[in-house]
Amino acid sequence: MTDNPKDIKSSDRAPKAQRGQVVQKPDGVDAIGAKITVNIDGQDIKVPMGTTILEAARKFGIRIPTLCHHDDLCVAGVCRVCVVEIEGQRALQASCAYPITSPLKIKTHTPQVRRARRHIIDLLLSKHYGECYTCFRNNNCELQSLAKEYGVDFFRFGHPEKPMYEKDNSSYAVVRDMNKCVLCRRCVRTCIDLQEVGVLEAAHRSSDTRIETFLDKPLSDVVCINCGQCINRCPTGALTANDPTDEVWAAIDDPTKHVTIQTAPSPRAGIGECFGLEPGTPMTFEMNTALRRCGFDKVFDTNFTADLTIIEEGTELLLRLYKALVEKDETVALPQFTSCSPGWVKFMEHFYPEMLPNMSSAKSPQQMFGALIKTFYAEQQGIDPSNIVSVALMPCSAKKFECNRPEMTDSGFKDVDYGLTTREMAKMISEAGIHLPDMPKSDFDAPFGTATGSGVIFGATGGVMEAALRSVIELVCGVRAEDLFEHANIIPVRGFEGTRLVELPIENVGPVPDVFKKLVPNWDWLKGATLKVGVCHGTANAKKVLDDIKNGGEFSKCHFIEFMACPGGCLGGGGQPIPTTPEIRAARAEAIYAEDRSYGVRKSHENPVIWELYEKFLTDGPCGHISHKLLHTQYTARGKYI
Amino acid sequence: MLVSNRNRLDRELDVLIDKCGRQRTALMPILQAVQRKYGFIRNFAMQKIADALSIHPVEVHGVVTFYSFLSEKPRGRFIIRLCRTISCEMAGKDRVAAQLETELGIKFGETTVDKRFTLEWANCMGLCDQGPAMLVNDTHYTRVTPQRVLEILEECRSRLSPHAMQGAEEEHLV
Ligand code: SF4
Ligand code: SF4
Ligand code: SF4
Ligand code: FES
Ligand code: FES
Repeated sequence: MTDNPKDIKSSDRAPKAQRGQVVQKPDGVDAIGAKITVNIDGQDIKVPMGTTILEAARKFGIRIPTLCHHDDLCVAGVCRVCVVEIEGQRALQASCAYPITSPLKIKTHTPQVRRARRHIIDLLLSKHYGECYTCFRNNNCELQSLAKEYGVDFFRFGHPEKPMYEKDNSSYAVVRDMNKCVLCRRCVRTCIDLQEVGVLEAAHRSSDTRIETFLDKPLSDVVCINCGQCINRCPTGALTANDPTDEVWAAIDDPTKHVTIQTAPSPRAGIGECFGLEPGTPMTFEMNTALRRCGFDKVFDTNFTADLTIIEEGTELLLRLYKALVEKDETVALPQFTSCSPGWVKFMEHFYPEMLPNMSSAKSPQQMFGALIKTFYAEQQGIDPSNIVSVALMPCSAKKFECNRPEMTDSGFKDVDYGLTTREMAKMISEAGIHLPDMPKSDFDAPFGTATGSGVIFGATGGVMEAALRSVIELVCGVRAEDLFEHANIIPVRGFEGTRLVELPIENVGPVPDVFKKLVPNWDWLKGATLKVGVCHGTANAKKVLDDIKNGGEFSKCHFIEFMACPGGCLGGGGQPIPTTPEIRAARAEAIYAEDRSYGVRKSHENPVIWELYEKFLTDGPCGHISHKLLHTQYTARGKYI
Repeated sequence: MLVSNRNRLDRELDVLIDKCGRQRTALMPILQAVQRKYGFIRNFAMQKIADALSIHPVEVHGVVTFYSFLSEKPRGRFIIRLCRTISCEMAGKDRVAAQLETELGIKFGETTVDKRFTLEWANCMGLCDQGPAMLVNDTHYTRVTPQRVLEILEECRSRLSPHAMQGAEEEHLV
């Protein structure tokens, strides 16, 4: 025997597939991107080279079932549900992972394909413990639909009768029931690739494979930021949100309790999907009626405190800028980061604790509202705050964690008692026998009333920034936002690119409005300055921006940056209806911007109720003592080591 | 873990990482080196390695649990792996297994209380023509008989004389 690999003649004994291979340049490699003709089910189809079979088929209306494939995620090719037959090839091929590089003849439903698919589904079911009746995903489950579609009529390979794993109920936001997991790894790709948080990964091997957290710890003990993006992409009921609807019903049914609900902008744009409507059908006013009929005593609009957030966060920014530019205080942390996305907040606490001083100390709109309901509102209405149960309808699973943060008790009580997701609300509405689209319209309740268009757009990425800019332009420059931007639509901050940078030169300054007189003498120091702002959504993009700041890049010159943990902003939140795709999110965004356009008042600082609140209750003004006590918070440096 | 031990591990990992590089591809060599030295891979080490290679600790955990030769928990000083695949099965691996279990007083998948021996099943190791095949740490034994088991174990024990044990035990304590 010789040790020199060159002397070993692999061609002698080894089967062909194992012989040393020379990579040959494929014919016409220069033609990449050129069109190529394939034949799918007898149809000739022209597609660019490199298109996968699945994409090609979809484009021409040929349905191939999928399970592990997701439009937001990279190709995995692990479930094999999408197999097709290619003429001349012995084995079936996974169409989602097969790029077309030569003319192929493909058949999508030959007997061999159909049998393979059914067996694959049968095999998945042989390890799937779950009862559809009791499952949150009943009727909205990809595994269930596949079983139906492929005529699974009995459990060919058996079916577990007992659970194999304990449910992980430890997190306030996400519940993991690995008995229902089909190992498609969508959650893994979501958490690692899309969000770059890195909580879930496949562990062990072969038939022992499971999706685990680091050291298989409970979800509450690892770096999960509760964004719920994994829930939205899980095809089954293995990942669900922690559902408090029973507690909420109990509060509603208790006559001694005064149950209020605040509703965020995104659920309105999404909830219709749970009732069979097209994505992007706004249901704002129908939902108000439905909520009252469910038994909520008062229905408030979270946008009110979104407007309040703009005033508080905007004031904080102006104060920081004043300190940095006029008082030359070098300790001021700039750029200031928005703090309304609780997933983003926890992301910072884990991965960039050293940058926490950059976070605005303003609470999120949900928590501001919570603090006001049990103080201002309770006082005004003469209700004992201990009898108020404050519920928040949010597009978000991280809000469930946020309302359970120990520091969120500034009203003297738990500021927000329960966070409900859009999906859970839809369930409650159905439970009450209500078909949402049939509801008459009704408005929000006093004393907070209807908010402004600026509050509404908080739901879309770039919305907070647009709202802030509308107000800053008017309060500082003394001109109308409409004079600078048509219809006050600040288009440059909108859109779905991961990160955006916008510059706004301040050419002229106006007089200082009364409320700010205490804080700054004049705006002259801003004259001629250029306000630089950034927008970013999805924590993977956030990471890019933060690293750029650390390296002194473009974003480090910003003054204010909006961060949202979820791709697309809140409208793509972890509590929104399933499924989610880029198209669905774009449709929801359209609904939100349409609602903004329909409002008479579209700028936060023009909301009359806000100024009433400052007059009557937060008497020492924005960022004053009272507002600091109730509307601001502090953060915990958690670090990533566990 | 004692702080001083953790600091030592920390420093050793720094050296190792510098040697192997900071690309994802350095993961396996680093893990193998840690496994060789300590007999298992601590969760602190997994997190530190992940950090250095800019990957997530859970990915390192995934790799460590995937490979049988990497382990998250301390195991015996001698890991005995007996082949259970068909040729060795036919060559009489059951008798060898029974002898091992009786002699050590543990079942496959377990470790003796004194942390000296761990018994594990292995799949074919390419010695099918000389079965039953067995691995003790990195040494392979072929045509193992119950009688040979006694000799092999004796050999292991002799290498674990009190004196020889000291250094080893210390390493495992880190
Ligand atoms: S995950 Fe799907 S198939 Fe499984 S129990 Fe739930 S609804 Fe049924
Ligand atoms: S909630 Fe977000 S951070 Fe947590 S596991 Fe899911 S995707 Fe990862
Ligand atoms: S938990 Fe859901 S998304 Fe994750 S692998 Fe299992 S089935 Fe797929
Ligand atoms: S969808 Fe193609 S392999 Fe899963
Ligand atoms: S069957 Fe045991 S070594 Fe191959």
